[in-house]
Amino acid sequence: MSGFLLNRLYQSLILLVIVSIIGFTILNLIPGGPLAQYGLDPGMTQEDLDRLKEQLGLNRPLWMQYLDWAWRLLQGDWGHSFRDGATVLSVIGRHLSATLLLMGSSTVIAIAIGTWIGIRGATHRYSAFDYLATVGAMVALSIPTFWFGLVGIYVFSLQLGWLPAGNMYTVGDGSLLNYLHHLILPSVVLALVHVAIWSRYMRTATLDVISQEFVKTARAKGLSERRILMKHVVGNALLPMITLAGMQLPSILTGALVTETVFTWPGMGRLFLDSLGYSDYPVVMGLLMFSAILVILGNLIADIAVAIVDPRIRMS
Amino acid sequence: MTKVETTKQTYSRRETLRLMAAGGLAGLVAPNLLGSPAFGQTAPAKPTGRVVVGLSQEPTVFNPLMAHTEVDDAVHFSVFDALFRMDPQGVLQPNLAAEVPSQKNGGISQDGLLWHIRLRDDVRWHDGAPFTAEDVKFTLELITNPKFRAWRTSGHSLVRDIKVISPTEITWRMESVFAPYLSFLAETFMVPKHLLEKEADPNAAGFNQAPIGTGAFKWAQRIAGDHIELVANAEYFGEGPYLERLVFKYIPDMTVLYTQFKSGDIDLVDQAYITADHYAEASKLSDRVVTLEPGASVESIYLNLEKPQFKDPAVRQALYAAMDRKAIIDAIYYGVGNLTETFMPQQSYYYNPNLPAQEYNLDRARQILDEAGWVPGSDGVRAKDGVRLSFSNATTAGNNLREQVQQFLQQTFAEIGVEMTISNLPGAVMWGDFWLKSQFDSAISGVTYVIAADPDVTNRLHTRAIVAKGGKGSNTGQYSNPEVDALLEKGARTFDPEERRAIYFRVQEIVRQDLPFLPLFAYTNVFGRKEGLEGFKANANTRVASWHAAGWHWKS
Repeated sequence: MSGFLLNRLYQSLILLVIVSIIGFTILNLIPGGPLAQYGLDPGMTQEDLDRLKEQLGLNRPLWMQYLDWAWRLLQGDWGHSFRDGATVLSVIGRHLSATLLLMGSSTVIAIAIGTWIGIRGATHRYSAFDYLATVGAMVALSIPTFWFGLVGIYVFSLQLGWLPAGNMYTVGDGSLLNYLHHLILPSVVLALVHVAIWSRYMRTATLDVISQEFVKTARAKGLSERRILMKHVVGNALLPMITLAGMQLPSILTGALVTETVFTWPGMGRLFLDSLGYSDYPVVMGLLMFSAILVILGNLIADIAVAIVDPRIRMS
Repeated sequence: MTKVETTKQTYSRRETLRLMAAGGLAGLVAPNLLGSPAFGQTAPAKPTGRVVVGLSQEPTVFNPLMAHTEVDDAVHFSVFDALFRMDPQGVLQPNLAAEVPSQKNGGISQDGLLWHIRLRDDVRWHDGAPFTAEDVKFTLELITNPKFRAWRTSGHSLVRDIKVISPTEITWRMESVFAPYLSFLAETFMVPKHLLEKEADPNAAGFNQAPIGTGAFKWAQRIAGDHIELVANAEYFGEGPYLERLVFKYIPDMTVLYTQFKSGDIDLVDQAYITADHYAEASKLSDRVVTLEPGASVESIYLNLEKPQFKDPAVRQALYAAMDRKAIIDAIYYGVGNLTETFMPQQSYYYNPNLPAQEYNLDRARQILDEAGWVPGSDGVRAKDGVRLSFSNATTAGNNLREQVQQFLQQTFAEIGVEMTISNLPGAVMWGDFWLKSQFDSAISGVTYVIAADPDVTNRLHTRAIVAKGGKGSNTGQYSNPEVDALLEKGARTFDPEERRAIYFRVQEIVRQDLPFLPLFAYTNVFGRKEGLEGFKANANTRVASWHAAGWHWKS
C-alpha cells in the first residue's frame, strides 16, 4: 500500500510541475502584461513603465522568473499580488470563505432537492412528475446561470423587493440573518444547475438499484414499498453519488465565476477573473496551483479510497 | 463654454483668470471655493449617515504615491491631501499649502526655478502626529527613490535641493522650468514621514494596506473583493466631513452596478459612471438625480502616422470628412457626448472654440482623395504608389458601443474606397506594447491629454514622446511637428495663464489642421446619485466623482 501511495504522490508532484510550467509560460506569453493598465494614464511615460517592470522583476528572461517563482514556492512563499502587494495566500484566503459559504449552501440545496427529485422520479417512472423533472432539468442545464441570476434579481429584488440584488451582506450589518438573507438568491440560482445534475444521476442510480435482485427479494418478502425504498434502495443509490460529490470538491472551492459576478459575491471565481484582467501573475499562478492541488488531491483521495475498498486495484 | 461654467459660480471667467494668474491669491480671497458655502448651511453639525459609492473596478493601491489607476484615486482623495487641489473651475486651491505659489506672490522665482511653499500649521495626521514640511520633503524624495514603485515621476524628477526652512516652510530648486508641476502637485498626495521612514522596504509597508493620511476620512477596513470603509476624521482641518461613514463598494459588472443603483444599494455611481445605454431610463428613476457632466477625455480614431497610408494628410482629411459623428453620437451613444475638434477638454480655460468644424461629406472626401492621386483599384479600394488605402482598426474587445462605431465607419469608409478591417483585443493586451509602442494601424480610444487642469500635452504630442522611436512619453500615434514641439516647450516654461492660453490655442489649431487623430466626441459622463445627497460637485479636472466627499451630506 505504501509503495502505491508513494508512486501516486510522485506522479502527482510531476503533474504539478508540468501544470506550473505550462501555466507560467502561457500567462507570460499573453501580450500586454500587468503594466498595460497604465497605458492610457495621462502623464505615464515609457520610462516610468520600464522602471516598474524592472522593480517587479518582469524584465528578466522567462525561465529565470519561473525558477525564482518555483524556488520561493518551495519555501512556502507564494509571492505578492502585483495589485495590492498582499501575499498571494492571504489574497486567496480572503476570498475562499466567501466562496465556501456560497458553494456550500448551494451544494446542500442541490443535494437535498436533487436527491429527492431523482428518487421520486425513479419510483414514479413515466409519471407526470417524472416528465416534469426531466424537462425541468433540461431547461436548468440549457439556460445560462447568469440569465437565471438576472431574472431572479429582476423579480425578487427590483419588482417584489423581497431579496437583496446582490452583495454578501449590507455594509454595517454583519448579523447572521443579514448574511442568510443575501445568501438565498445566489445559492438558489447556483443550485439550479446542480439540482438538475443530481436529480438525473440519482434517478439513474435509483433505477439501477431497484432492478437489483435483492430489491425483488425484499418485495417478495412482503415488505412495504416505503420500507424497501428507505432501507434498501436509497442507501445503495447514494453510494455512487458520494463519488460525484468528491469530484465536485475542486469546483466548490474554486468558485462560481458567473454567479459571483452577477451577485457581486467576493469569492474565488471573481478573484480569478479580476486577476486575469490585470495580469496579476502571482495571484493567477497561486489560484492555478491551488486548483491543481485540489484536483490532484481529490483524485488521490478517490484512488486511495477505491484501493482500500478493492484490493485488486492495488495489485494492478 | 460648458455646463460647469454655467452652474452656480461665485466668480466670472475674467475673475477666474485673475485668480489663476494670482495663484495663491485665490486661497486668500475665496477660501470656501472647494466646498460650497450654500451646502454648509444645511450640513449637520456632527458627521452623520453613510454613503455607499459604487465602483466598477476595485481600489487596491492605498499608498497614493505607488503605481495605481484612477479607481484608487477615489480612496486617495478622501484619506489624503495634496499641497493644492484643482477645483471644478480648473483653479488651483490651497490644500495643505497655505497658498498656491506663483511668480506674483513670490512662491516661484521669476526664472521659474526656485519654489517656496508655505504650509498650514493646523494639520495633523490621523494618528495625531503633526503634519510638517519634513513630510513634504520625505514625500517628494520617496517618489524618486529608485527602489520605490512610484507612479509617474514626470516633474518630480526635476526637483533638486529640497530644504526644510521651518515646520511650515519648504523650498526646492527645479532642474529646468516646468510650469505644469503645479498641476502635478495637485495629484501628489502627502504621506507621513514618521511612519514610512522606518520601513526597510516602502513597497511592502503595512501602511500600504491601512493608510494614514490627513484627509477628511480615516481608514476603517477593507473587505477584499467587496468594499472599503472609511470613517469621518473629526479633526479635519478643512470643510467637513459631514458623513460618519464613506463606503466604496466594488461591483465589477456594469449592468449589475446600474441595477444596484436602481435598487438603492448604491447611493452614488463613481468612476465608469452609468453607461450611455442606461441614461434614458436612469434619468426617469424616482428619487435619483442623474446628470450629464463633461469629462476630460476625447474619444478618437488614433492613426499610426508612420504607416504609409496615413502619411498623406489628404487621407486623414478624407477620413475625417467621411465620419458622420453626429449620427454616431445620436444613434450609437444615445445622444451622450459632445462634438469636439480638439484634444483639450471643453470646460478647460485653454479650450480653443474657434477651430474649423468638421463637416460630414462623402463627396468631399472622395474629391480630396481623387485630387491627392489615390485611385480606386479593381476591388474598389484606392491605392497610390503601391500603397493600398487599407488598414486595420483595433479597440477593446467586448465594448459593444465601440464595436458598433467600427462597423458603422467600416461601411462609410468603404463608400469612399477605403478598406478598414476590424481587429479587436482584450483591454489588458490592447493597452500594453500594442498601444504604447505603436504597433497598431489605427485604434479607437478615449484619451485624456491633460493632467489635472494643466494644458501641457507634451507627453502625448511632442516628437520626444514617441516611444517607438526611443522617446519618453506616450505619443503613440507618432505625431511629429516641429512647430508644435517648439510651442509645447515654450508652454511648459510659461507660468502666465494668458500667455499660455495663446500658445495652446495655436497648438490646437495646428493639430486640428494636421489631424494626427480623428476626434469622435468629447466624453460626457452620466453621474447618478440618490436624491437627498447634497454637497456633491462634479469636477472634470479630477479622475473621480468622489473627489470631494468631505462636502457631502444627507438632506436633513
